[in-house]
Amino acid sequence: MAKYFVKKGIQLIIVTILISFFSFAVIYAAPGDISGMYLNEQMSDEEKEAIKENLGLNKSMPEQYWGWAKEVLKGDFGISLANHTSVSEQIIKRLPATLQLMGAALVLSVLLAIPLGLWSGYRKNTWIDNIISGLSYIGMSIPSFWLGMVLIIVFAAKLHILPSSGMHSVGNESFLDTVKHMIMPCITLSLSNLAVFIRYIRSNTIGQLGEEYVLAAKAKGTTGGKLLKRHILKNTLLPIITLLGMNLASIVCGSFIIESVFGWPGIGTLAMTAIGVRDYPVIMAYVMLSGIILVVGNFIADILYAFADPRIKREDMAND
Amino acid sequence: MTDTRFKRIEKKKTQELISYDHSVWKDIKKELFSNKIALVSIIILLIIIIASILAPLSPYDPNKINVAEKLQGISAKHIFGTDEYGRDYFTRALYGGRISLTVGFCSMIMTVILGTAIGITSGYFGGKVDMFLMRFTDIFLALPSMLLMVVLNTILRPGLFTLIAVLSLFSWAQVARITRAETMSVKERDYVTAARNLGAGSFRIAVEHIVPNIMGPVIVAASLGIANAILMESSLSFLGLGVQIPRASWGSMLQSAQGHILDAPRLAVFPGVLILCTVLSFNLLGDVLRTALEPKIVK
Amino acid sequence: MEKLLEVENLSVSYFTYAGEVQSVRGISFDVKKGKTTALVGESGCGKSVTAKSLMGLIEKPGKVKPESKIIYQGKELTGYTEKEWNTFRGKECSMVFQDALVSLNPTMKVGKQIAENLKNHESSLSKEEIYQKSLEMLKQTGVPDPEGCMNKYPHELSGGMRQRVMIACAMVTHPQLLIADEPTTALDVTIQAQIIALMEELQEKLGMSIIIITHDLGVVADMADEIIVMYAGEIVERGTARDIFYHQQHPYTWALLQSVPRIDDEDKTILNTIEGNIPDMIYPPKGCSFCTRCPYAMKICEEEKPKVTHITDEHSVACWLMDPRADRSGVPFGRTDA
Repeated sequence: MAKYFVKKGIQLIIVTILISFFSFAVIYAAPGDISGMYLNEQMSDEEKEAIKENLGLNKSMPEQYWGWAKEVLKGDFGISLANHTSVSEQIIKRLPATLQLMGAALVLSVLLAIPLGLWSGYRKNTWIDNIISGLSYIGMSIPSFWLGMVLIIVFAAKLHILPSSGMHSVGNESFLDTVKHMIMPCITLSLSNLAVFIRYIRSNTIGQLGEEYVLAAKAKGTTGGKLLKRHILKNTLLPIITLLGMNLASIVCGSFIIESVFGWPGIGTLAMTAIGVRDYPVIMAYVMLSGIILVVGNFIADILYAFADPRIKREDMAND
Repeated sequence: MTDTRFKRIEKKKTQELISYDHSVWKDIKKELFSNKIALVSIIILLIIIIASILAPLSPYDPNKINVAEKLQGISAKHIFGTDEYGRDYFTRALYGGRISLTVGFCSMIMTVILGTAIGITSGYFGGKVDMFLMRFTDIFLALPSMLLMVVLNTILRPGLFTLIAVLSLFSWAQVARITRAETMSVKERDYVTAARNLGAGSFRIAVEHIVPNIMGPVIVAASLGIANAILMESSLSFLGLGVQIPRASWGSMLQSAQGHILDAPRLAVFPGVLILCTVLSFNLLGDVLRTALEPKIVK
Repeated sequence: MEKLLEVENLSVSYFTYAGEVQSVRGISFDVKKGKTTALVGESGCGKSVTAKSLMGLIEKPGKVKPESKIIYQGKELTGYTEKEWNTFRGKECSMVFQDALVSLNPTMKVGKQIAENLKNHESSLSKEEIYQKSLEMLKQTGVPDPEGCMNKYPHELSGGMRQRVMIACAMVTHPQLLIADEPTTALDVTIQAQIIALMEELQEKLGMSIIIITHDLGVVADMADEIIVMYAGEIVERGTARDIFYHQQHPYTWALLQSVPRIDDEDKTILNTIEGNIPDMIYPPKGCSFCTRCPYAMKICEEEKPKVTHITDEHSVACWLMDPRADRSGVPFGRTDA
């Protein structure tokens, strides 16, 4: 098992480094001279040189990368070009909001997907299965930002029961108020994941129901909810953990868009504005951060999976 | 008198082996035509595609600004009403469809070509080639694609080609995985060994023997791939990173619709419904194809 | 002798993509209290399907046809709802499967799986009582270190131990009827004997009836009070062990017995096999199903289904060779005309 962790740990580090290369190299290759943002015509040549020197633009690419990476490891993502405040500070201020939204969406999608998937798998091809499967197909095919817009139109503009944007009403920091604001973005964010999970759990359930041990359990008089709970549930949970890891990517990317549709004050909106004005330090920080959330999330999922499946504990590394 | 029926029979009638005749294409056709969902999907897609192709037949110019007629509701003259610049929304939707569908198809084709080429090469040659290519593919699979697509689109010069290239860049890995697995199972079959023994070169074997036999899953991946590409393109365009003005795709129409959620919600509804129907149909089609290709006993 | 189970005209078909596969075609038999009945036949003859239908475990696309009747202690099972079946399965009748490795949940501890039957049917017991009863049952099956075994996972046990665990699972509620579907096929010969002995021991202790399903005649020779030989979904011959082994009347039964390799066979004897394959069950033959493989087939065998001849109360056979008009030249077995 230790071998397994080491292998996954190395993967974690490699992918993180690659993401950092990518975020840095891409910005580096961006059109336009970064220094143009800081300079203006009134400066003398020496001043321009000094600023360029300061920004480290005179050094070679590997040197620049290493300079940037060193700072990142210390937690310093530099200064925002747009408002000249520390990028790290801005991120830290907004990160909780994003994590709240992402966390809630994840939890919601798992909590709903399990019973729905189990049930539609158990009642394969009945009307209940058809409805659930149909809804999950739609969930997979709907552009999330559009769903957000439609929800806003229906619930905020027409029905006036939910707020149309933001995280809090002015002056109201209560929990209930936050929940009201969170309902629509959360549903929107979790929907596509929900759809994928349901389909997965459903097919997993169907597969398991064909196993001999399920037949043996039925021969003991275990059917219906009892069967699902005792035998099927545990074995669907295992792969869900890895699924969660894989779909973390779509939640991270999704939150990016959803936050702007709903005006949710998280790092997504921060990045959006940054992209609009080409605020490279912020963009790099956002890519790096999201990449890390993703990679770490996957890693945690792998670890949990190893603990959950008693068979992995004995398995050799002889796969794939 | 011995009853002749009780005479021993020397030659016994062996039961004729019922031949179960099937081929991949027959399977597909049968499934598609009997499955109602598949039929409805195909019809919807045909309607949308044909309507988009016929877009130039519309009497309206999708780009002509006519402020006098702005934001009109649904009427006989304007089936979808007009947008904030007075342009006929239905016509714009049709033209938007052309862009969205084109991007979807083209990126799917690039994805399939890239993915299949790498997948077959990796699967067929095995060994170090396989290992190297698979690590490469794994990296692409692990990268958070949407994110990086956004970043890439920011950096590179915006345009249709960039869009298609970037979309393909992050989708081929999935196809490569599938084709590699299929290739590895096909290459062990006897007809491949026979061809090799007859001296056929690798490229020839690949084209003549391997490709036809892995077409099934590739077709499924293609259908799902178009669905995915259209979804991603609409997201990117919504963010302003995809198709640029004056060209409009369904996604970018949604971006401008955002500003009028309150006074003209239909501007948001129509393109979204079109995206939903198209993507849903491709997804359903892909799924039906996938079940059709599963091995079954056929009469 | 009291009848525990009566099966009348049981027919089961599977409605598949390719057509209606008629797995079981109108069989009738009884199981007596405290006795062992063996269902014998090659793969695909319908014995497992029969067993499953006795427990109501036939699922889509399979269907027990409406003309079938299964009567247990006077109650008709064939109309049972799912709820009623659940009170029957595991309590009145339990099943032991062929391969314990796949019939036990790989991610559930063995003790829990034995307890499952108790949880379903004797839910008033406390956790401790359930544990004790399960442990006690496991001990009776003769596994070494029963306490330790209760805490293990199926893949951590040997094949023989797993089979004992399965038997414990089935027997913990002291059912009246045990159905054993190929219980020894996946085991080594030495273990086979132990498992058979175990089942006989438990049968004596608890007074239950056993239906044992197998394609191995050697296994049933000792155990069975009645042997039913099935072919292509029908019963071709039935009788006591003596009848079947010494006075067989059906060519198929004879061929089965011939194909069992014997330890005292001469070195170079060719292993006897039965040529041919079982018929296509989607289009079963209109005459005798064994006709195409039978070395003594007559014209009438192709045309009409053979009538059932009752030789004694317990011994009956469905074969045209029993007809006085039959051409019995060269038939090396049966029909000592009395």
